[in-house]
Amino acid sequence: MKRKNTGGNILTALTFIFLYAPIIVLIVFSFNSSKSRTIWSGFTLDWYRELFRDSLIMSSLETTLLVSVLAALAAAVIGTFAAIGFYNMKKHWRSPLLMINNIPVINADIITGVSLSLLFVSAGVVIGFELGFGTLLIAHITFDIPYVILSVMPKLYQLDRNLFEAAQDLGCTWFQTIYKVIIPEIMPGIINGLLIAFTMSVDDFVISYFTAGSSVQTLSMAIYAMTRKRISPKINAISTLLFTVVLILLVIVNVRESRQQRKADLKREQMPEEV
Amino acid sequence: MSKTSLSSWSESKPLRILRSARAFLERYRKQSFAFPYILWMALFVVIPIILIVVYAFTSAGNGFTLKNFSGIISYAPVFGRSLWLALVATAVCLLIGYPVALAISRMNIKTQRIVLMLVMLPMWINFLLRTYAWMSLLENTGLINRALAALGVFDLINSLHANDLNYTPITHFQLINTNGAVVLGMVYNYLPFMILPIQSVIVKIDPFVIEAAEDLGADRGTVFRKVIFPLSLSGVISGITMVFVPAVSTFVISKLLSNGTVMLLGDLIEMQFTGSAYNPHLGSAISLIMMAIVVICMSIMNKFGEGEEQAVMM
Repeated sequence: MKRKNTGGNILTALTFIFLYAPIIVLIVFSFNSSKSRTIWSGFTLDWYRELFRDSLIMSSLETTLLVSVLAALAAAVIGTFAAIGFYNMKKHWRSPLLMINNIPVINADIITGVSLSLLFVSAGVVIGFELGFGTLLIAHITFDIPYVILSVMPKLYQLDRNLFEAAQDLGCTWFQTIYKVIIPEIMPGIINGLLIAFTMSVDDFVISYFTAGSSVQTLSMAIYAMTRKRISPKINAISTLLFTVVLILLVIVNVRESRQQRKADLKREQMPEEV
Repeated sequence: MSKTSLSSWSESKPLRILRSARAFLERYRKQSFAFPYILWMALFVVIPIILIVVYAFTSAGNGFTLKNFSGIISYAPVFGRSLWLALVATAVCLLIGYPVALAISRMNIKTQRIVLMLVMLPMWINFLLRTYAWMSLLENTGLINRALAALGVFDLINSLHANDLNYTPITHFQLINTNGAVVLGMVYNYLPFMILPIQSVIVKIDPFVIEAAEDLGADRGTVFRKVIFPLSLSGVISGITMVFVPAVSTFVISKLLSNGTVMLLGDLIEMQFTGSAYNPHLGSAISLIMMAIVVICMSIMNKFGEGEEQAVMM
């Protein structure tokens, strides 16, 4: 389906300008020596220095990383087991459960956040606790698990149904079947789910905003508080750093993927000779 | 029944429960892996939503009431504005996103990979920062107004009105703090959600189907109308949902790009739960209506085709 499509290509190019121009402006002005967001007055790295000295931002970064790592790991464990359980259920049980599983994915973030805060606040009154890191972590695990399940389930369905029986015929107990045969087979799906969950957690603002309370702050919440106060080139500096990290990660992932692809292609080419 | 047998029955009760629980787990061993998560979902997905419903139909202190819903009527303009701006943003996303998705799916595989990565890259940047970036562009003294001033646009407009005595010369266009700015913020943030699902569907269309249509005498327009577009409908539908749902519920974009002058549903809910107007009952009622909007949106989507959310996830 290769046709000349000049109009479409021009529109695509314009779309990329639209998508990237604000980001580039943001990055450029992180090196601006004055506080202005619009007038260039010389190159400086001061904002980066100040950023690393800002204890509020640094502690919020710590909170974000901690909650994201813990939530992603917990979600990967609970989600993988749940996916295996769902896989073995009859359809009339699985379908409604998967539907409930999808609720946090489909629902608007604000509703997930608000409903959880209602639960935490009312349970907190009864049991006696306040919004804080614990509630933040629970909220993150809750919206992370569906992504793990969504990336593990397809891997389970790709498995040969006979694999379970074969393992058990060869003397594996049910639990051995799971951790010796099934888990290694679906590992790529688990890792994928873990990564998605982690990025979802790092990126989240709305749900954290409603469930973290006033004592804990994630990086997104810190950025929000800063944007409300408006001018601070430190925000630009954070953006630049985050953009660079994401860019490097994406390049690494893509290079790895294409290398694996090439290896797989090579193998496929050599196969007939071996046979 | 004698007294002794009754006491022995009550003694063995926990044991019996334990035994029957064990028998249950034994029987559903394969399924039991999901039990912790089912409990988790019940606690943190189902109960919170039930709480929203309960709060929506009660008021502080008193029991059942519909007051919260009748109270919403005074916010009708907010509902109208929210729906309208989200619809406009979704329409703009579709008008830009569809041709772009089509153009991307016509590129060769290698370019397609890179271009798709470039579409996704902004999504990986915190959306607060993406929205913040527009603040410095749209401000009255922002880059866009500065560029227009440098080009002499305002001088030109002012000189056109030179003979009008009541005319006050302008120095900038009001860009920020307008409905347009909020729509722009929505389009900017959610455009990839439109491009990616559509592209993922178009790229899967069998080229032979298109060839067949051409062989049967269809011109390019007919091929698009009768073959490509109908086959890409599931992508369009999921794109629409994925743009509309976050757009109708946002409060950050309107906060940042309108500084509170354009109030949306999300702002209204946020105010009820965190702001000075703390009223979770009214907030729950609004949330419930928003959920209904989302559910209606989803059921329309399900009618047209299965979702492609996963296509966008990585």
